[in-house]
Amino acid sequence: MSLIEPLQVVDDEALAEGIARSGRRGFLRTAIAGNPQAMIGLGLLVFFVLVAVFAPFLEPYDPTVKTGAVYEAPSSAHWLGTDDGGGDMLSLLIAGSRVSLGVGFLAALVAIVIGGIVGVLSGFYGGATDTVLMRITDYMLVIPDIPLMIIAAALFGRNLTNIIVIIGIIYWTSTARLIRAQVKSVRERVYVKRARALGAGNRRLVFKHVLPQVVPLLIANTVLMIALAIFAETFITFLGLGDPSTISWGRLIENAFTGEATVNNAWWAIVPPGLCVTVVILACTMIGQSVEDSLNPRLAVGHLSVRRFRLRPLDGKRSAE
Amino acid sequence: MSTTDDSGAPLLEVEGLVTRYPISRGLFDRIRRQPQLTVHAVEGVSFTVEAGEMVALVGESGCGKTTTAQTVIRMVDNDAGSIRFRGTEIGGLGARELRPLRREIQIIYQDPYESLDPRFTVRDTIEEPIRVHDLAGSKDAREAKVREAMVRAGLTPPDLFIDRYPHELSGGQRQRVAIAAALVLEPKLLIADEPVSMLDVSVRAGILALLDGLRHDGMGVLMITHDLSTAAHFADRIAVMYLGRIVEEGRAKQVVRNPQHPYTKALISVVPRRDPHERTVPQILKGETPNPVRVPPGCRFHPRCPVAEDRCQEIDPELRDLADPGHRAACLLL
Amino acid sequence: MSSETVIEVEDLHVWFDLPGGGELHAVQGVSFALHKGERMGLVGESGCGKTTTILAMMGLLPATASVSGKVILRGEDILASGDESVSPHRWKDISMVFQGAMNAFNPVKTIGDQIAEPMELHGVARGKEAKARVGELLELVGIAAERADRYPHEFSGGMRQRAAIAMALACSPSVLLADEPTTALDVMVQAQILELLVGLSQTLGKELGLTVILVTHDLPVVAQVCGQAAVMYAGEIVERGAMSTIFHDPRHPYTRMLFAATPDLLGDDEVLSIPGAPPRLDREIAGCPFRPRCDSAFATCATVHPRRLETAPGHEARCHLNDSIVTKAAS
Repeated sequence: MSLIEPLQVVDDEALAEGIARSGRRGFLRTAIAGNPQAMIGLGLLVFFVLVAVFAPFLEPYDPTVKTGAVYEAPSSAHWLGTDDGGGDMLSLLIAGSRVSLGVGFLAALVAIVIGGIVGVLSGFYGGATDTVLMRITDYMLVIPDIPLMIIAAALFGRNLTNIIVIIGIIYWTSTARLIRAQVKSVRERVYVKRARALGAGNRRLVFKHVLPQVVPLLIANTVLMIALAIFAETFITFLGLGDPSTISWGRLIENAFTGEATVNNAWWAIVPPGLCVTVVILACTMIGQSVEDSLNPRLAVGHLSVRRFRLRPLDGKRSAE
Repeated sequence: MSTTDDSGAPLLEVEGLVTRYPISRGLFDRIRRQPQLTVHAVEGVSFTVEAGEMVALVGESGCGKTTTAQTVIRMVDNDAGSIRFRGTEIGGLGARELRPLRREIQIIYQDPYESLDPRFTVRDTIEEPIRVHDLAGSKDAREAKVREAMVRAGLTPPDLFIDRYPHELSGGQRQRVAIAAALVLEPKLLIADEPVSMLDVSVRAGILALLDGLRHDGMGVLMITHDLSTAAHFADRIAVMYLGRIVEEGRAKQVVRNPQHPYTKALISVVPRRDPHERTVPQILKGETPNPVRVPPGCRFHPRCPVAEDRCQEIDPELRDLADPGHRAACLLL
Repeated sequence: MSSETVIEVEDLHVWFDLPGGGELHAVQGVSFALHKGERMGLVGESGCGKTTTILAMMGLLPATASVSGKVILRGEDILASGDESVSPHRWKDISMVFQGAMNAFNPVKTIGDQIAEPMELHGVARGKEAKARVGELLELVGIAAERADRYPHEFSGGMRQRAAIAMALACSPSVLLADEPTTALDVMVQAQILELLVGLSQTLGKELGLTVILVTHDLPVVAQVCGQAAVMYAGEIVERGAMSTIFHDPRHPYTRMLFAATPDLLGDDEVLSIPGAPPRLDREIAGCPFRPRCDSAFATCATVHPRRLETAPGHEARCHLNDSIVTKAAS
């Protein structure tokens, strides 16, 4: 059960066209550079990443220390007010970005790596390998993620590593399916057959011919996976299953609820972290969608548009000779 | 394993080749115990290709010509029969033993738009065979070989093409790149699977002339095509296939001017001619080629044959020599 | 064969907007006229504009296209007001078998339903009447009427192509445009389909007597079944006339070279390729578009664009080689 729709399987011709158009300049650069939506998304994501990286230097106060009254409203001293422990919200938000984004990126990486390997092995070798791996994937897909998270947290303890691993394990399946489908279709292409016919071994076929076709898809999938992972981390922490020793946006939201921020009309304790999560997910989606659109240039053409051809009146230049 | 040059042996000798594909059955069919169906793609095909000769395997879809080519190049295993390359049996060899052979037998495919990896430059594509087989050590040596192959394939001047990507080239140019990649290892046998059917007419002659020229260099060429006119013009010998068998073979001009097998005769009669005044009375056969899963008993052509007799339903004819030397046909009536 | 002009195309031009700005002049002044029951081959290689021409005749060009010229169907210019004036005639008076039509069937609807669909859409027949007509059409194209209830995957490629032709004939048009109808088919099946098209264009006692335009790159196919041919190059018709004259006395080097590039089954002539490639159509071409590849070009060819010249009654060509022998210029 995934919260965000995975990429549709891309057909050969469209992908070849998309890759061909980018030629030497690099597929991703073409996808993102020319696209305002993607640029905005990238800009936002980069902004948050920078905030997370330079967090200790950006925090106005130490977030763990009580620096103001409980649920103090936003003021010039505390731009986003304080939380239920008197800590500065803005600092908490900045500090929280590290865990939220960090867990998001790492968990996405785990999911992509596992999913990618499974997908490539499954798609390329087929046969028994494929059957076994796909059965495993199917079982994983069927398991409901939230109960699994709860159980895993209860069993293995609530720490960051576990959360990263759990998210990765739950979400690799959609990547695996996607990559497998693409690998299967690339494997059947004439140039792969031709390479095989001239004696190329499996390693060469996979690394030189199959992977380059799969990597763009993987990258697009990664971006969307990051969005998923960040949301998952937020959600897990919100449910109270997160690492108690870390600050993340999910924890801030959890604190707001357990600390009865709503009763105290302390919107500044709830809204900012939620907004951050939303904006980051939105940024990832914007990038991911643009890459997806590049992968399938056919999507951009309006075959079903109602507008028809235009008439051009005969002028002197174009009259019959 | 060595490929000793048995100077008496033909370059390629195929004898009694049989290749079948099982059709995968779904779960329901298995439960209901439906019989395993098999596609009898190639059912006993024998022919030779000599060095310096171009042989055309001609036929309609489902006749088994492509499967024959795939089996010869060992992308598919044969179920029976033998394939001898320069005297050595290659039919049962494993992947490792086949590797050195892959340098000597190369293949070109039909679709120039799909034959080249879109992410490889022309240089990368032509260089790949050299890298796969670990030859021509230094970068300069490889570059020289690539350029040489390009010139041989008509991609001159090489500088104009060598750094291009496939999408920057026309269909004809792409096919030449594929040919160059096939030639770079200097193979002895080239298999061309419908090499020009997806190219514009004005470009075809150039590619075919190129293949023709290779023959003069001593290579053997096996061309798979459905186009009898092309085969008649460029091949030395034609073998006409129907439903997994060769039904007629002989010198190219002989087969098209003096066809003996009823299928060949019908086929020749429906091939459109250039000259509108030379419209023949086409002998259009009824229906379409039957499914290679259910091959008719006796002579496989008898259900559609305009001159079939009763015995044709029972006896499966062999290829027999005709009066003309080198011309053979498989028909009871001859 | 009556001599009434069924369709006349007059100075048809089509431009396509290019994504980076500018436009592609895909069809440049195509003109021809056909009588009832005639079969014309529109021949040319990829990119010459033949498919665009027939799409323009059907009014099926996308929003990026602009069109000028006339398509006169039984006296009425159907392009006069663009899509508005074309759509009432589409399928009912002029219809098309698309390239690859045999693979474009909806796999989850029966063949019968799909052939009946245009009848219902255009108000020609519905329900029982439509079913009966479907049966008639199937018989007409050589498929047993009972097979109307089968699905496309149960038909072979050749039969699906026949069904596609039946679909095109659903509303009894007078003009049929066939785009590469036999390209993907085996030569025997091709012969069957061509025989069908010839039969349909001859008056068969029914209301047919169909006028057929066969678009293809395959010259021998055209030589086999068409009475006349129009050869297209770089968006223009460079030669047009009776099939036998086109072959025996071509008046344009491209026509001659195209024949020379086509191997004949029984001929011995050397097969020659045409060097070079067709010109880009996104810029104005000075002089004759074929000049860079022509073996007979001379000075005028580089600067003056050849006009349509009638070299014999019913035969025209765009080539300066004809300038001296032509007494009257075609209008």
